Amino acid sequence: MSNPRPATIVMLNEIAFYLTAALVLIFAIAAMTLPRLVHCAVCAAGAFASLALIYLELDAEFVAFAQLLVYVGAIAILIVFAILLTNLQEADPQVRRASRSWVVGVAVAAILLAALGLPIITTPLLQRAAPAATAAPVRDIGEKLMTTYVLPLEMIGVLLTSALLGAVVIAMREEPEVKTKVTRPTTPALERQEELTPR
Amino acid sequence: MNALDQIFVTIQHWLAGLAPAAVQPLVSMLLIIGGLMGVFGGCFALTTIIERKTLGRMQNRFGPNRVGPFGLLQPMADGLKMLTKEDIVPFSADHILHFLAPVALTVPVWLAFSVLPFGRNMYAIDLDCGILFFFAIGSTSELAIFLAGWSSQNKYSLVGAMRAIAQMISYEVPLVLASVPVLIAASSLSLPAIVHAQSGFALGWVPRWNVFTPWGIAGFALFMIAASAESNRCPFDLPEGESELIAGYLTEYSGFKYALFFLGEYLGLFAVTGLGVTLFLGGWQAPATWLEWIPSWGWFALKFGALIFLFIWVRATLPRLRLNQLLNFAWKFLVPLAVVNLVVAVAWWQSSVWQFPGALEVRWLLGTVLLAVPYVWLGRAWNDVESAPRHYRYAE
Repeated sequence: MSNPRPATIVMLNEIAFYLTAALVLIFAIAAMTLPRLVHCAVCAAGAFASLALIYLELDAEFVAFAQLLVYVGAIAILIVFAILLTNLQEADPQVRRASRSWVVGVAVAAILLAALGLPIITTPLLQRAAPAATAAPVRDIGEKLMTTYVLPLEMIGVLLTSALLGAVVIAMREEPEVKTKVTRPTTPALERQEELTPR
Repeated sequence: MNALDQIFVTIQHWLAGLAPAAVQPLVSMLLIIGGLMGVFGGCFALTTIIERKTLGRMQNRFGPNRVGPFGLLQPMADGLKMLTKEDIVPFSADHILHFLAPVALTVPVWLAFSVLPFGRNMYAIDLDCGILFFFAIGSTSELAIFLAGWSSQNKYSLVGAMRAIAQMISYEVPLVLASVPVLIAASSLSLPAIVHAQSGFALGWVPRWNVFTPWGIAGFALFMIAASAESNRCPFDLPEGESELIAGYLTEYSGFKYALFFLGEYLGLFAVTGLGVTLFLGGWQAPATWLEWIPSWGWFALKFGALIFLFIWVRATLPRLRLNQLLNFAWKFLVPLAVVNLVVAVAWWQSSVWQFPGALEVRWLLGTVLLAVPYVWLGRAWNDVESAPRHYRYAE
């Protein structure tokens, strides 16, 4: 930014960020811990939507709306359908979801934190200065997608299409059709009539 | 002419100017929000009575005529009835989600109005990717409808919600695909920019609205069909099919929550109609220069009203589809046609450099043939499927 923003605006932005970040975390924790699966799915959708808010705060309008369209509009619905189609009876509240052994839990968490944290700390992106204008117009995104990144875009398109076709093939697999002849009492008159009728 | 045209903008600026400077942006925003909610809330009340009256007229009966002159106060009576009705929540229902579902349906629908340009300089916000915002907001209503159906713990509600989701996901594809050619023509995703791209006149008298091109006519038809399915209106109102599902996902709702669903449904219809006017009918532009004395918001209202009347007319005319017909129609007819339409639009745009005499006629012929052949072919193929004996996968 060429002109420094007033201090109050910066402070308000920070407050907004912490609020939305808290929202994401609350929804995410709720999505993991709530006892009923549909509630979890709804909280996951809430987490997706609050992530879109964070993108909006970063001036990434396109990413935010795409996030809303894809995650809340499609993936949340997919999760809900998966729950409905697979798990009709509610989970037994006596069964604990989390692993009993806290040692394993801490170990897994530490490994995950290291795996994610190390690249973030060592990334060269942090050394680079922030770009002057963060808001990328949609036109620029579109041009980049159609010129520089056209090959990855096409590859993703082909990949998704083949995944779609594969899903259809798996879902539509039929049992080998058993030819059952309908047995019915036949009278000679009826048989003769059937012979007469053209097929 | 200019004063009348900008009257709402002027009033809004004047009212905001009365507030102290520190809170002026906030007051200005609140004024726009209040105006939008007032106008479209009023539209909702008006449409319910107009719809019932028109349906009555078309079905050879009177329609509501007891409350007030010509039954005009019927919406107020309906509203009072809804507000004072007992709010019944089923014993086994999921109380939190049962309460949240109508809210989650109605709130995003209001947001969709924020990007629509209702007149010259009359829009709440000009987003760089406004139409993406519109569709993103619209896609959240599916989850709300599912929650309504699931939280009621009633099989009819759940079946209705499943139908609604299948239908809305299917028809979202042709809806978006039908709007893509407009974005190519305007080379922008911002709705005010799309309206500006349709200004001016071809040959001196034909407005440059998108609907006056081969791909525009086809796109408009596809858009309107998909829009009526998206807003669950007849002939696509299977989610509420009262003859088989009582009232679908609305079965366990009563009183004000039911009214909220009703409101959300109509507001969704208004929003998508406004988008149709903006994308294909030139938004707030006048159809001829000598008609420009009618203010821009007046033209928007006229086109908007005409499209709403079209929806009512269709509802009074057509019977309801069957579910397999509905889904086949979306995937086997509308989606391929929308893709063909995209190709035609690109061809139309590419051929705009042709200079030889009669180029316009050749382009029109080309566009019409390119659209008519797939239309007839797809229609015949679909007809064959439909006239074949029905085969039930899971119910035989």
